[in-house]
Amino acid sequence: MKKKVLATLLTAAMLATTLAGCGGGDAGSAPAADGGAAEEAPAADAGSDDGAAADDGAAEEAPADDAAAAEEEIPTATFGDPNGTHMEMWTFVEIHGQHYGNMVEKWNEQNPDRTIEITCTTYPYADMHTKLLTSLNAGTGAPDICDVEIGQFPNVVAGLDTWLVPQNDTAAPYLDTMVKARMDVYSGTDGNYYGIPYHVGATVMYYNLAALEEAGLSQADVDAVVTWDDYAALGEKYLEAIGRPEGKHWTSVDTAGCDWQWIAMAEYGEDWTGGMDGTANVQLESVKKMCTMEQEWVNSGLAMVSPDGHVDLEAGFQNILDHNIVSFPKAMWYMSRFTNYMPEEKGNWYIAKCPVFEAGQKCSVGIGGTGTVVTQQAVDKDLASEFLCWAKMSEEGEQLIWDNLGFDVCNTVLWNDDAFAHDDNNQYNQFFRNYPYDVLYSIKDDIGTVYTTAISPTINEQMCNVTLNDILENGMDVDEALQAAQDVVDLEQ
Amino acid sequence: MNKFKKFFYSQKAAPYVFVLPFIISFLLFWIYPLCSTITMSFQDIKPTGTEWVGVSNFQKLLKDKTFHTAILNSFQYMVLTLVLLIPFPMFFAVLMDSRLVKAKGFWKACLYVPALTSVVISGTLFRLMFSEYPTGQMNVITTALGLGTFKWLKMKATGLGALLLVACWRWTGVNMLYFISGLKAIDTAMYEAADIDGATAWQKFRYVTIPLLKPTTVYVLTISVYAGLAMFMESYMLWAGPDSPNNIGLTIVGYLYKRGITKNQLGYGSAVGIVLLVIALAINIVQLVVNGTLGKEED
Repeated sequence: MKKKVLATLLTAAMLATTLAGCGGGDAGSAPAADGGAAEEAPAADAGSDDGAAADDGAAEEAPADDAAAAEEEIPTATFGDPNGTHMEMWTFVEIHGQHYGNMVEKWNEQNPDRTIEITCTTYPYADMHTKLLTSLNAGTGAPDICDVEIGQFPNVVAGLDTWLVPQNDTAAPYLDTMVKARMDVYSGTDGNYYGIPYHVGATVMYYNLAALEEAGLSQADVDAVVTWDDYAALGEKYLEAIGRPEGKHWTSVDTAGCDWQWIAMAEYGEDWTGGMDGTANVQLESVKKMCTMEQEWVNSGLAMVSPDGHVDLEAGFQNILDHNIVSFPKAMWYMSRFTNYMPEEKGNWYIAKCPVFEAGQKCSVGIGGTGTVVTQQAVDKDLASEFLCWAKMSEEGEQLIWDNLGFDVCNTVLWNDDAFAHDDNNQYNQFFRNYPYDVLYSIKDDIGTVYTTAISPTINEQMCNVTLNDILENGMDVDEALQAAQDVVDLEQ
Repeated sequence: MNKFKKFFYSQKAAPYVFVLPFIISFLLFWIYPLCSTITMSFQDIKPTGTEWVGVSNFQKLLKDKTFHTAILNSFQYMVLTLVLLIPFPMFFAVLMDSRLVKAKGFWKACLYVPALTSVVISGTLFRLMFSEYPTGQMNVITTALGLGTFKWLKMKATGLGALLLVACWRWTGVNMLYFISGLKAIDTAMYEAADIDGATAWQKFRYVTIPLLKPTTVYVLTISVYAGLAMFMESYMLWAGPDSPNNIGLTIVGYLYKRGITKNQLGYGSAVGIVLLVIALAINIVQLVVNGTLGKEED
């Protein structure tokens, strides 16, 4: 009898483990496959934003170690009133979650009759977007509120109001102070707003003023730069002064990011996506000019090609720390990379506006970003929408976004608000030689827009994988390389 | 109770019960996805609805140069892994089986341990080793040898080399274990007979070991063909995602992932998957027929 029981148990166990094994395989492999991408988040495209915002600082390997460690643990935190309406929130940057945590406490104080409890879960970048798309497709399992990186936004907004809750009404009270272009980039083909932005992501030029001063140049020289020609001339002057040692350059150009091309397009008022319902065309004058200029710089030694493709990676941070490059254009959210990964550079760097091709052009473009959406699967859609808009667009929300996340907030009224912009307790105000918001305010009418549409991932992928490598690494003719890119883009539209 | 007992002790029913877990999981996790992939490859799947599009996904694949690059990369990788991952593990296995090597357990463990590590972690480490930055491990070595620095993961040859290095590092031990178990199955009397006939070590290897190892070799070949064509993780980790400069690290599965998952074009992704299946099946069927494995029982 005992034997029989044993045999039955064994058979049952065998069945159970076989099936469990099959199911488990899926779950196990998913995070593994995506781990690497967590780190890639900043790299994802010209359109990424605040991917790596861990608190560790100095060590050269820190970002990498971090990414490896991040594979195993999924940080989850619950904030707010346990008796309130419960919401799930997903993000791919842990401090974004903390922002909602802080905001939910304030919300509950102000709205004691409509309290909220929010659970924020941080997944690796690619993992989160894959999970979100899958759960939206399936119609179940999606969170109430979710961060969506701008490069991924077209995939998510494709579901329009079957997947997402339009934010037009809830956002209305804040719209008159917001940068409209940033709302537009998160709208759907039906014209509704679906995502709420954190920041403008305005591009500015970062200069290592300490290094320039050692070479006998001054802030006045930097301030005098208006056009790209002035910029290149100043670079030549700098390289002359330091004797052109091997490995030292004025700037680095990117093969795995399109920031430079975006700046050029904004300056000429062009957009390779063709706008929300246009036809994509990468063979634009602005893009050709920028690519040609970059190629010349690489050939003359003025610029190097960014190690690993762009400056927002470990190798890029190291390149900056080694003073191999002393200037580069990047969105304002890059400030947090300095405080997180390059703290020893404190006091060295100066922020200025980007040069232009012809005087009088726009000189900046909003790059990267995260639009936060409310899904149709939310428990209380109205409450979630109202809370989200308040948390990201009210002055209280914007204050925390600037202090903790270091972003250039979309509320333009705050840009020249002395208490907000010139607060000396703010770590970014302390870190840089000048007040970042002073630069932002000075270019407030000069920030262009390049749209992120359904074709954007294709353009971006082609430029970052093939075209820019061909031009900058393999010395291919610019027209030829852009023609090849256009062929690939045409296949998709 | 009696019926129950009868059922469990029935010689007819028992085998079915034993294979049932496999059958169920096979149907659920292999056959069902296979069928739905075939269906999906003829559809355009959008969040707002699914459309039948006939063979247009396949027509697009014919024109898609990126996909052609992916096939070429996977094919090259597969052929090169076959060249590296069959002879060397076989050689190591023979060494491990001979009296020439001391501390066999230690060496076997050394070769096998990489298979147990996470590809995610090892891939990240390899990526850092192959960094184009002068402080990357490989560049430190080439600089010490006076060769200067290389942009390892930006050039086709070095990129493929890095992939092969990861593959060899990871799979040599596993394939070696297959061969060792194959060698254990060879009757020592064969070698004794060969000794009596005055065979040299080479002749024994050539005329006894290799022919008798054939079932193992065919097995390793079959799984290696598929593994080579379906490689994804190694390249994903080495380039921190499915994107690589000039698509030098793009594989068929990498492209499938990119289209199906990151771009949410499940229909087109399914078509890529079907092409992969057809290629892998074709190569393996030809290979198995040539080796004489199909159509006859092993004796």
